[in-house]
Amino acid sequence: MTVSISRRNFLFASAAVGGGLYLGLSPEPAGAAEAGQLNAWVVIPATGRIRIMASNPEVGQGIRTSLPMVIAEELDADWGAVEIVPTIADAKAYGRQVAGGSQAMPTHYENMRRIGAAARAMILDAAAAAWGVPLAELKTDRGQVIHGQRRAPYGQFAAAASALPAPDPARVAVKDPKDFRLIGSFQPGVNNRAIVSGRQDYGIDAVVPGMIHAAFHKSGVQRATVKSANLDAVKAMPGVRDAFIVPASDEYEGLLGGVAILADTTWHAARARNALQVEWNDSPAAFQSSAAWASQATQAKGKPPALAVHAAGDVPAAMAGAAKRLAATYEYPFIPHLPLEPINCTARVTGDRVEIWAPTQNPEPGRAAVAKTLGVPPENITIHMMRVGGGFGRRLQNDYMVEAAQIARMAGRPVKLTWTREDDVTQDFLRPGGWHHLEAGLDAAGRCIAWDNHFISFGRDGKFARAAGIAPSDFPAGMVDHFRLGATVLPLIHTTGFLRAPGNNAFGFVTQGFIDELAHAAGKDPLVFRRELLGAARIIGDPSSRGSYNTGRMRAVLDKAAAMAGWGRKLAPRTGLGIAFHFSHLGYFANVIEASVARDGTVKVHHVWVAGDVGRQIVNPAGAINQVQGSVLDALNACRNHAVTFADGAIEQRNFGDLPLLRMDEAVPIDVAFLTPDYAVTGLGEPAYPAVAPALANAIFAATGVRLRKLPFDFSALKA
Amino acid sequence: MKLNINGKLVEVAADPDMPLLWALRDLLGLTGTKFGCGAGFCGACTVQLDGEPVRGCQTPVSAVGTARITTIEGLSASAWGRKLQDAWVALDVPQCGYCQAGQLLAAEALLRATPKPTDADIDAAMSGNLCRCATYTRIRAAIKQAAAA
Repeated sequence: MTVSISRRNFLFASAAVGGGLYLGLSPEPAGAAEAGQLNAWVVIPATGRIRIMASNPEVGQGIRTSLPMVIAEELDADWGAVEIVPTIADAKAYGRQVAGGSQAMPTHYENMRRIGAAARAMILDAAAAAWGVPLAELKTDRGQVIHGQRRAPYGQFAAAASALPAPDPARVAVKDPKDFRLIGSFQPGVNNRAIVSGRQDYGIDAVVPGMIHAAFHKSGVQRATVKSANLDAVKAMPGVRDAFIVPASDEYEGLLGGVAILADTTWHAARARNALQVEWNDSPAAFQSSAAWASQATQAKGKPPALAVHAAGDVPAAMAGAAKRLAATYEYPFIPHLPLEPINCTARVTGDRVEIWAPTQNPEPGRAAVAKTLGVPPENITIHMMRVGGGFGRRLQNDYMVEAAQIARMAGRPVKLTWTREDDVTQDFLRPGGWHHLEAGLDAAGRCIAWDNHFISFGRDGKFARAAGIAPSDFPAGMVDHFRLGATVLPLIHTTGFLRAPGNNAFGFVTQGFIDELAHAAGKDPLVFRRELLGAARIIGDPSSRGSYNTGRMRAVLDKAAAMAGWGRKLAPRTGLGIAFHFSHLGYFANVIEASVARDGTVKVHHVWVAGDVGRQIVNPAGAINQVQGSVLDALNACRNHAVTFADGAIEQRNFGDLPLLRMDEAVPIDVAFLTPDYAVTGLGEPAYPAVAPALANAIFAATGVRLRKLPFDFSALKA
Repeated sequence: MKLNINGKLVEVAADPDMPLLWALRDLLGLTGTKFGCGAGFCGACTVQLDGEPVRGCQTPVSAVGTARITTIEGLSASAWGRKLQDAWVALDVPQCGYCQAGQLLAAEALLRATPKPTDADIDAAMSGNLCRCATYTRIRAAIKQAAAA
């Protein structure tokens, strides 16, 4: 097996208090000099439980279980007896601590194996010396060293092991995967017992001595600054301790201005807010209007795109020579994240030191932003990464961390800032909406030979906003001989951000819906047409880049999903099977959905079959299946009422009443199968999402002959 | 005023209008009950009053009176509660876990009234509780496992 470690890393060992072994990983060979308990990955004390650090933010993806499992596997620790210890944010010690991009597993998997294996090797070296026996005669079993009939716990050798030189991680022997006992087994989350007992602290549960509760009121039209506010009236409300104006930063995406209200409880602060009256200065975002954007996007059809993103071959000539041409416009709205734990953060500012308790997916940019806003050194900021009650990408942005720190400084005491659900909806970093004016050409054999896409999305000064862009390599680039992708950017001020499978969560719907149309235009079965489009097994694009596309891996999951669903079988009237595939975040996914459509237009999803390939190893099937099933149902949310609209510069929706989410009675059966070809292990938080909405649209077409090209779906179009 | 919480009488100096959710969380430090929407849509704040699930965010403390309040911190006093907790852990129901306190209190009330629930019973009893991570498939399986335990 080949192993690549992207960056040279050095293991260091040092002694634990009371005699024991700390083992850590450092980019510097001198890491050991500054080592110690704080940045160790594994601590094996002389007596007591082995401790394994959980370094990454936990948002429900199970990473505080799955990465420690990798260490425990190679360490051969007793999983039931280890203690999992969440760490603070410390990129120097722990590398990339991000819950985003489905990258935690690909970033850390091989390193975690080596840390576990190195610790075990050092314990064995120390045991061989202590017992005076050849190393080769020693075995381990769940935290014990074994020689013949003799057994002793690792801790007995930990002090001696800590004096040994740490091995070169690249040379540490790791297990043959066929010998894995823990990796690949169904392991419930390590915090489950605390969660079901009400003992698990989330960010919103942080309590700091002397803290006060804050509400922060901002304009729904972002970047409007406060002209005046009736602060005296608000301060007179029961339970209110203070109220003040927080000045806005001049920077785009800097601190938004508003009014902070400090009170004895969250409820007192929220109630006082009802009495607040603010006069706002004009905002540059006042022009924002969904109706105006829709009209601009429609007018752009047929006009040349403002930006050329990618071109291959000769699209106009190929279109002119095509046996058949097809044009369609696909569109999708802004959508919100809606993490169930409302946005919150607790902060304590003492002189030039800041301590933060934050549910964050990405602490380091938050540290930088707090340092800049408060003018304190980044190293003076301690960030406790609280368990996150849902991320979905929202908490990759740390605006609330900056707000809490600034308000705490102005208040002169620790502050817990809690947003309302209405704040969350109206101040979200939205998944940008978009339009795709598509045209494709088929040759006489029904092959797709030309693909032209005028993509319309959002940004400022002609540049895409965050998560609004499209990559030149995006599917189906490289699979169609004549390919052109251009873009036009509509103006937007409101914040946008990453939402589960950014970009892909919309592009999957667009491309896999249009491909279905092409299949039918070509008179081919949608599965057969897709196989032909993917073509022979090969890698498209630079194999070392994240965008490179292995058509063989996609073919395999496509065929697997079709087989699971019984593709081609006879169905009841107004019932259809839809198929779709999508590659994103290094994961290959295909799925088939069976749906029926009642005469009143009601759509019932009967079953979803998902086949995925995220490399040679599923680390923890418990978390993995949860991620896929959750992604599927999340994507079904986007097919229904999941849309945010703007009028007069502000978001019109407020709470779950305006943005209904799937509930128990709408949860559908989802079968999940993983293919595990011999490729690197990659992540699962996102790639199962993008192919869901198109599979449903395609199933609805199969059932009714009505093609849905707009998210959320207009079910009234399906009435018979 | 005095509230009967998880079998104990507790003195709380709350404004009568204060929702039970905030009295529990901000005055009594019982943070297992969660704030989700403040409008009764999501069920994250579900607690039981005399065994019936209610929305903590929509229940003023003045309306509680002498009713027995059960929160997630007191769930294990119930035999059904313990079975549900064990099933939740074993089947790895939680993703982020934030909604699960409310889900469990709704499920406990269901099993007490209907020890062998059908899928329709589960739909009816549980559809008031949102799970943003969409762990519904496992919630259903865990309720059935607890019912069979």
